[in-house]
Parts: sequence; structure tokens; C-alpha cells
Amino acid sequence: MYDTTRSEADVSQQDIKISARNVQVYYGDKHAIKDVNVEILDKTVTAFIGPSGCGKSTFLRCINRMNDTIDIARIEGEIRLDGEDVYDRRVDPVQLRAKVGMVFQKPNPFPKSIYDNVAYGPRIHGLARNKADLDGIVEKALRGAALWNEVKDRLQEPGTGLSGGQQQRLCIARAVATAPEVLLMDEPCSALDPIATGQVEELIDQLREQFSVVIVTHSMQQAARVSQKTAFFHLGNLVEYGDTNDIFTKPRDSRTEAYISGRIG
Amino acid sequence: MTDMPIPGTARPTPARRSSLIEVDPRTRRRNAAEKRFRTYGAVAIGIAVVALAVLLATIIRDGSGAFRQTYLSIPVTLDAERLDPKGNRDVAEMSSVLTLAYGQVLDTALDQAVSGMDLQIQGLTEDDIDGLISREASAQLRSRVLDNPELIGQTVDVNVLVNGRIDGYFKGRVTMASAERDSNISPQQLMLADALAERDLLVTRFNREFITNPDASDQRPEAAGLGVAILGSLYMMLVVLVLSVPIGVAASIYLEEFAPKNRLTDIIEVNIANLAAVPSIVFGILGLAVFINFAGLPQSAPIVGGLVLTLMTLPTIIISTRAALKAVPPSIRDAALGVGASKMQSVFHHVLPLAMPGILTGTIIGLAQALGETAPLLLIGMVAFVREFPAGPPEGLFDPASALPVQIYNWTQRSDPAFVERASGAIIILLIFLLCMNLLAIYLRRKFERRW
Amino acid sequence: MPMSWALLVTLLLAGAGYLVGRSRAFSSAGADIRLMHSRPTYHGASVALLTVAPALVVLLLAAVLRMSGLLAADTAATGIAVLIAAVIGLGYGISRINAAFQARNAVERMVLTFLILCSMIAIATTAGIVLSLIFETGSFFQKYSWHEFFFGTEWTPRFDGNSQLGMLPLLWGTLYISFIALLVAVPIGLMAAIYLSEYASPRVRSIAKPLVELLAGIPTIVYGLFALITVGPLLRDAIAQPLGLGNSASSVLTAGLVMGIMLIPFVSSLSDDIINAVPQSLRDGALGLGSTPSEIVRQVVMPAALPGIVGAVLLAASRAIGETMIVVLGAGAAATMSLNPLEAMTTITVKIVSQLTGDNDFSSPETLVAFALGLTLFVITLGLNIVALIIVRKYREQYE
Repeated sequence: MYDTTRSEADVSQQDIKISARNVQVYYGDKHAIKDVNVEILDKTVTAFIGPSGCGKSTFLRCINRMNDTIDIARIEGEIRLDGEDVYDRRVDPVQLRAKVGMVFQKPNPFPKSIYDNVAYGPRIHGLARNKADLDGIVEKALRGAALWNEVKDRLQEPGTGLSGGQQQRLCIARAVATAPEVLLMDEPCSALDPIATGQVEELIDQLREQFSVVIVTHSMQQAARVSQKTAFFHLGNLVEYGDTNDIFTKPRDSRTEAYISGRIG
Repeated sequence: MTDMPIPGTARPTPARRSSLIEVDPRTRRRNAAEKRFRTYGAVAIGIAVVALAVLLATIIRDGSGAFRQTYLSIPVTLDAERLDPKGNRDVAEMSSVLTLAYGQVLDTALDQAVSGMDLQIQGLTEDDIDGLISREASAQLRSRVLDNPELIGQTVDVNVLVNGRIDGYFKGRVTMASAERDSNISPQQLMLADALAERDLLVTRFNREFITNPDASDQRPEAAGLGVAILGSLYMMLVVLVLSVPIGVAASIYLEEFAPKNRLTDIIEVNIANLAAVPSIVFGILGLAVFINFAGLPQSAPIVGGLVLTLMTLPTIIISTRAALKAVPPSIRDAALGVGASKMQSVFHHVLPLAMPGILTGTIIGLAQALGETAPLLLIGMVAFVREFPAGPPEGLFDPASALPVQIYNWTQRSDPAFVERASGAIIILLIFLLCMNLLAIYLRRKFERRW
Repeated sequence: MPMSWALLVTLLLAGAGYLVGRSRAFSSAGADIRLMHSRPTYHGASVALLTVAPALVVLLLAAVLRMSGLLAADTAATGIAVLIAAVIGLGYGISRINAAFQARNAVERMVLTFLILCSMIAIATTAGIVLSLIFETGSFFQKYSWHEFFFGTEWTPRFDGNSQLGMLPLLWGTLYISFIALLVAVPIGLMAAIYLSEYASPRVRSIAKPLVELLAGIPTIVYGLFALITVGPLLRDAIAQPLGLGNSASSVLTAGLVMGIMLIPFVSSLSDDIINAVPQSLRDGALGLGSTPSEIVRQVVMPAALPGIVGAVLLAASRAIGETMIVVLGAGAAATMSLNPLEAMTTITVKIVSQLTGDNDFSSPETLVAFALGLTLFVITLGLNIVALIIVRKYREQYE
């Protein structure tokens, strides 16, 4: 759908983390994703933008096989993580999701203490050898999510007692603590106020140093602020993919231009 | 947490670029735990389903015999000397002849029939032969003759019940070995029964009387039927239906549509929720204390049972009716109010008809619960031995009657093992009634199901 | 039966009143019916209701007087009083008709009163239960020491008086059997609910769920018979006798096991509601971190659903404690306090039934003790229900 020559030139400079080839998704009879090809780079923030119902979230959830839980969803094509097809029959989705973490639209801390929220992933995946190890992971993750100073004195209080922005950062810390290689974020700021949004965006920029971040967002300003690469989805198609600057300043597809100038969406 | 090592050192850097395709040992262990957990769930379902299957299977195994009964057919000469000594064929006069005389007539006929067959059974006494037929048989013959006085003097083919043990022999409950030890039956009688069956005089066939006959005493399990119990249950259901539906629907309408949010309505709601969980036996105590002791209503009467069951069913009906009313979207109410209907009109003209299917389903389920309820009925005297059919309603509501579940309980308390068969058979009838009611509820729900 | 005649005539009067009221309304409106406040049918209905209501009030009054013994049964006088009330109501109703009379509001007020009265029946029932229990329990404690009732460890009612009516053996049997029932029902019911909501394919669910629910629709007398003729003898022959632990078919284990089966659907459907109330976002969160489904259930769903499940277990316990037919047929009648689950024991409900069936003498403590037992039962179950309802309600609010 998009001009591959330009993106391939970019790709050559950095590692490809995820590559999708001819991905089709069907929900029952509905063809939700139509032949998407994309390459997502390591240590980069990639934004998926587009009007609602365009398939960006659906595609995001394909990457760590969250769609497996939906009975009527059917996926064709291949998505490779470091060259391995995540839909290979031998792949255990549990192991995949440990590598490809996810942050959701609505903050969803577990009804446990802050500490237990962050320690949840390391515990189930056995990342800590002992209690001190685990404490270290929790602290690092909370520091990484810029939450440590706010919660360090009340780690045993329930995570649900935090403010919305803090809850979302707690969820990010929870995902980071599992030491993922890719972090998927599905409109992580849509339930937050502007100040909290700013904090999360800053955080996303820092996370880029450790791993690849894919963020679905409704807000073009946000995409412009946080991402280096942007993919524009429309009606299940990946219309255009390229450097964020290029997409917002000189879009090549008329639909992209219509969207960023506010005519569709 | 404060004396932590410097952040970053505690955690190994993600050097574990493991392949996705190789499942690491930890994941393998977790997947095994997953499988075990899943198995526990499947086993739990399995236990529940197996319990259901065993329960139903034993009931059907034990109870299906109640629907078949062994009858003896022999020619009987209705001796006018004995049965109508005055010879007037006047029913009133003939009524003074006791059942005993009919018993003697039957005994004679049976003795003749057996002696005419030239059987070789060691140690067969005349008492053995007479003991073959049920004690109920003479009463059956008597009522037949009283209905038809001109039969006297003729020789008619008579179809009478045989003794419960003989019946049990043909259903496999009684064997030669068990008869040796049983004072109520002898192996000779079983041999005789075999001989009679060979000649097609003893036949086991469908037992219509099980559904239509009244209960019978302890010695006559073969004659016991569910007639009075079914009628009694029917009367009680009638009372429950007539009382609980209007009251339940009216209460629900008030609580759902009109009630202000205040202390009183709060108390009512808490009350209803609690009543739904009060043990049924407590309702029986209420019925005994209020309806029988205080109000002076008769014991064992369907009206009292009906009232008690109404109070028990009301919470169920109110809860389901309120759910049905709640499911009607507010836009319907607004539409009615918008064209100038009063609140009352909007409820009775629009909301109530739309909620009707839901109310109906809830009512049927409430009735089904009431039909199977036993404990409270024991306390209001429904457990009494009743052989007389109650009169037609409304007077019949005050006559003594039994009820299906209580009759089952009653039969479990009898010593003769043949009553176990009767009790299980009665359960089959009860379950068939319940099944029909639930199927009706499901049908109504499917038919009128509406999504807003 | 002068009463039923009076009732019949009242209904006829009401019917006539409806017609008269309607035609009077038409004629009082004159040429233009639109000038009236209410439609003529409402005028008719208001007259009919005004006829019936006073008659019913008189009838009810007479019934109350008769019950309290102040009035002989069903006299002609009451019938006449009923009729007089009806006629007065009829006359008053007709006299009120004119074009400005707000008949619809009057009718609606009367209907609303009826609705309120109906919803009061719930309170009346509770009041009836509490009053009758307290009243008779009071007369029991005049004849028998409350101290011995609540703390006595011996239960031996005798016909000649001198009975020992200590409640503790019955309470022990009740709690022991309920405990075994919960031991069966809670794990099985909970795991069944988890399996159905988290694992089962739609096809399996559509078959297994109704089957499990079918267990709930079976009357308790059926379970009782199952305990009496199948489970009891089986346990006796397979466990009790070989191990030398007893020769009774009716035992705590028999009743507890069968009651547990009865409670499986109760626990599973309550747990199902509660598990489904845990928001999907929490499951997604755990799934996104790479949890297996069982880890999600055990570490996220269960802790979140725990208060609700505790409430469900309390409700099930209250059910078990109040259950009657299964223990009547499966537990036995011997009031013993023993730890051996294969021994026959008895419960509060069994003794209520045995003390109150047959010919009752409401002046003897042996009969009246049933009311004290009933009150005890009522208080225990009420306490459990209220605590459970509060917990469940709090839990629901948390996710609404």
C-alpha cells in the first residue's frame, strides 16, 4: 500500500524488530485488517494513527496475540518477531506476551498493592532469584515509570487508590518490570488529563532507549510529539508508513493528507 | 525498600534473547499447572453431571416399576346368597354387606380356579392361595358390584390387584430366596404365581390407578396411588397462582415504578431479599401459628398449604417481576407521559404489557419451586393419611388433602419396601410436572424474547 | 353462608355502580364530553371501587374479630354489615359525580393504595414470622429454662414430661452436616463456575450449564430419597461397616454429601455472576503481561472476586443450615454429639419437624420447643443472609 523504497532505506540503518507480511484479520465475516505489511524498528517509537474503527488497535493486538481470546477472530499472514513467526504453532502465546508487553486504554491496576502490581509479571515469569532481587526490579520499574518518588512510601497500599495518571504509569511500570522487548500501548492517554498525559508521553520517550514501543493514538499531536515512525490506517488498510516528520509535513497519500488536515476522522 | 541497591544493578540486563519457538522449562511448568487447573474444572463439571445422571437413573430404575402393576384375572361367581341376601338388588340394602363377604367370594373363586389347574406344589395351603390377592381387591369388587347391581348371580371375569410381594416378584424385587425369610410371602405362593402367569391369568401391565387412586394403608402398597396428592397439589397451585401473581405484580409495580427512595421502601426491599432466603420450614411454622392456631383454618387443607406457599413464592415473583419491569426502557415511559398519560396509565397501558413475558416466566418458575416444596407442608398437617378426594373448589380447598412431595415423604416412612417403588414413581410424576413447567417457561422466554 | 352471599351481592352492586357512574358522568357532561376532567369509565370505576372497598374492610374486620374470639363464626349480622357498607360506599360514589370531579386521580389514588398494601405484605410476613416465633418461644421459656435450652447437651423429649431439651446436640449436628455440605459444594461449585466462564467452549457451556442448573430445579424431597435409599446404604456398606465406624445408613456424611450436591448449582451460579462481574480490563491486563488463564483466575480474578464469593458461601451456608428434607431422610434422629461423620446425628430442622408433626399439644414444652428451635434457626440464617447480602452488594457496587 505504501511506498516501500523509502521505508526500506530507513530500515537499513536500524534493526527490524517486528515485520508483518500480508496480515489479514477477519472478525466473523468482517474483514477488519486488509493485507497489512509493515516493519517496526527496535528502540523506536512507532505510532499507529487513523480514524476510529480503522483497525489500528486490532492490528496492535495481533502482535502479541491478544486476539486469540476472541473466538470469532481469524488471522492470516505472518508477523515475525526477531524473525520468528509469532503465529507459528510451536509458539507459546504466554511466552510471547512476556516479550511483547501491553498497556491498555483504561488504567487497569489489579486490586492488589502497588508493589504486588509491579511484582506480578516478574513473579509469574520467574525473573527474580530472591526477595531482594524482586525489590530491585520493582524499584527500577517504578523509577522507570517516573512513579517511584510518588509511591515509595506506600508500596503496600492498593494500586486502585492512585489517581488516573498514576494508575496508568503504574500499569506501564507493571509492563516494564517484565523486561519486555516490545511494548504495545493502546491509546494509553485517552483516559488521562493533559498533565498526566504529558508525564506519560515523557515516559514513552525514555522507554525508547530500552526497547521498541508501538503506540496507538487518536491524537495526531501526540503521535507527532512522541513517535519517530508513524503508520496511518484507514478502513483496515495501512495507507502510509514512514518517518513521523514526513507523514505530517508531506504526506504522499491524499487520504493521509485529508486525515491530518482534519477532513476525515 | 529505602535501603535498596543502586537501581539497575539488581536486575540482569535483558540478555535473554531466547527464541520464541523453544518453550523454556519454566513456561513448560506453568503450562502443566495450567492443564492441571483446567482438569480440576472439567472434573468439577463432571462430578456435577455424573451426580445428576446417577440421581435420575436411580429414581427411574426404582420408580418405573410403579407404573406397572400385576393383576389377576379370574372368573368369579357373584353369589347372590352372600352378596344380596334379601334379593332385591337394592343398592341401599346391598351396601350393608361388608367387604369381608366379597373377600370370601373372591377366595372361593380363586380356590376353584387353582384346584381346577391340577398343580403340584408341595405345601401349598389355602391361606397361601387366598393371600395371593391384595387386601384391596375385595373393596374393588364391592364397589364394582354396587355400581352395577345386576351383575349379582352372574359369573364375571374379574381383574383384581395381587399382593404387593407377588407384584414385586414379577418386578424382580422379591425372589425365592427372599421369600424364604419373609413371613408375608412363601415360596409356594411364588410358584403358584408362576403357574398362574404361565396360563396368562396373572398379567403385569400399565398401572393407570397409580395416578388416579388415593393413598392406601401400610399393608396395601399395590393399591396406593397419587390421585389425592395430585389434586391437593393442583388446588394449592391454584391458590398460589390466584394470590401470588396479583399481589406480587402489584408490589413490584409499586416498588419499581412509584416508590420514593426512603426508609420504608428500603425496609421493604431488605425484607423481600431476606424472605427469599428464609428457610422454608420457618414458613411452615408461620403457617401453623398464624393460619391454623390463630385464624382457625383446618389442618391438612390445601388452602393453608396454598397460603404458606404463596408467602414463600412472593419474593421469587417480586424479584423476577421487578427485573422484567426494569428491562423495559425508560423511553417507553417517557413516550407515554409525553402524550399526556398519567404515570399510572403509562405503567398499566405500556410498561406492564411489555414486561408480561418476563413476569410470566418468573411466575412459572416460582410455581415450580412451590410445587416441589415439602418441609412447610409437613408442619401444617398435610402429612395426614387422606383417602377421600377433596370436593371441587372452592369448598374443596378446605377439605383435607395430601400433596405430591408430602405423599413421597409419607411413603418413605412406610416399612414395606414396595413403597420405595411408589415413592420413586411419584418423584417421576413430580419431575415430569416440573419439567413441563420449566419447558413452558423456556418456550415463553424464547418466544417473547425482546432486545431493546 | 351469608358471608359469600354478601360478597356476591357486593360485587353485583359494584358492577351496577360502574354502569350507573358511567352513564351519570355522560349525562352530567351535557353535550360536550371534552369538558369533563376524567373519562366516564373512570367515574364508573371510582364508584365500583368505592362500593367494594368499604365492604372488604368490614369483611376483614369481621374476620379479625372472629379470630380473636369476640364474634361467633359467620353470622347473618356480619353479612348485613358488609352489605350496608357496600351500599353506603355506592351512594357516596354516585353523589360525587359531576363534570369537575377528578375521577381519574381518585381511582389512581385507590389503585396506588392497593399497590402499597401489596408491597407491605413482605413486611407483614416477616412480622408474622417474628411475632409467632417470639410469642410461642416466650411461652416455652415459661415452662422450660432458657439456660438449659441453649446450653443443655442432652436432647431427650419424653411424653410424661421431665424432658431434657438441650439444643447443643442439634446445633452440632446442623453445623457438622452444613460444614460437610459446603466442603463438597464450594470447591466443586467454584471450579465448575470457573471452568464454565473461563474455559468451556460455547458449545460445552450451552450443554453443561443447563445440566448443572438442572440440579437446582430438583426438589429437596428427591435429594432426600436419594440419600435414604442410594447414598446412605452405599456409604454404610462401602465405608462405615468395613472400617467399623458404624452401621447406620443415615449419617452426617450421607446428608452432608447429598446436600453438597444440591448446593453445587447454588454456589456455581452465584460464583458465575461474581466472576463475570470482574471487569474484562483486569483479565486483559494480566493476559498482556503473559499470564496463563489459570494464573489470571487464581491471581487476579479470585482476589478481586473474593468478597463476593465469601458472600455466596455464606448464602450457601444459610441454605444448608435451613435445609430440612435431606436431613430428615438422610441424617437420622439421634441427638448425639460426636466427631464420627458416619454416625447418625440430627439437626434443628429435623427436630422441628418431629416435634410439630402429628397431634400437637400447644401447652407442653415438647411441642413449644419447636418454636424456640425455629427462632434459633431464623436468627442464625437471618444473620448469615444479612451479612452475605451486605458483602455481595458492596462487591457489586465496587464494579458498577
